[in-house]
Amino acid sequence: MAIPQPRVGVVTYPGSNDDHDALWALAALDAEAVPVWHEDAELPSLDAVVLPGGFSYGDYLRCGAIARFSPATAAVREFAEAGGLVLGICNGFQILCEAGLLPGALLRNESLRFICRDVRLTVERDDLPFTARCAPRQELVIPVKHGDGRWFAPPELLAELEASRQIVLRYAEPCNGSTADVAGVCNGRGNVMGLMPHPEHAVDPLLGSADGALILASLVEAARDRALAAA
Amino acid sequence: MKATVLVRPKPGILDPQGEAVETALEHLGFTVSGARVGKVIDLEVDAADAAAAKTQVEQMCERLLANPLIESYEIEVAG
Repeated sequence: MAIPQPRVGVVTYPGSNDDHDALWALAALDAEAVPVWHEDAELPSLDAVVLPGGFSYGDYLRCGAIARFSPATAAVREFAEAGGLVLGICNGFQILCEAGLLPGALLRNESLRFICRDVRLTVERDDLPFTARCAPRQELVIPVKHGDGRWFAPPELLAELEASRQIVLRYAEPCNGSTADVAGVCNGRGNVMGLMPHPEHAVDPLLGSADGALILASLVEAARDRALAAA
Repeated sequence: MKATVLVRPKPGILDPQGEAVETALEHLGFTVSGARVGKVIDLEVDAADAAAAKTQVEQMCERLLANPLIESYEIEVAG
């Protein structure tokens, strides 16, 4: 039997601008990358969904606050609640936090500056569908580009998340002032993850690093396992 | 019915915008402390009376206008 190509959707909101890079990277990693429009109230048949980076709805009010109410976000919520794999990158992470699918909130960078550079990250969890290809405590180099990337959680929530091992990635160098240097988190069930760095911009050594491919290839592989299980 | 929502960063949350404003005011020669930057949202609400308007605006705050993890809000309804 031929190994099926998993179908991974990428939602385009008004103002998304990394949707095409995400589609390209997923296709390069041997997924069938499926564009999803923000007005789609139902998702096509998918094995995973990516919410891409950008400035959905102009980042008005708060980043992700308005995209949270899109028909496609409601469909993504249902997909996640049914156990589907959802990865939010940058603005996608902000949307998932605003939607309550991930814990915490993203605030203006401590420096008030837009940060656009490669950062070093430490992998805290290598047992998730999003990180299975990483080695324990592996250091990754993946670019960030954000103005509102300072992840925040009050001390009680942070303690809870540390105890339940929901901190997936940490900055290994000063970045935006995030609580406990958090760069990425997952939900309690481990099927929804968000991160501020952009793995889709680091899938080819020509771009300076291919470490982002470890995250996206983990997702594609997990999606393939699900497609096989469902077949 | 006119309503105004004031959204503020919760106490204890680092507000770099407030700090930048404070520094700028100090450069102008003012002695200030505790500057915090929030938002004002003015609304025209279709409601029978002020109490009904307030209830509606509270729901708006809970669902969209403020993020309860990081922001507090205050509602003023002008009859």
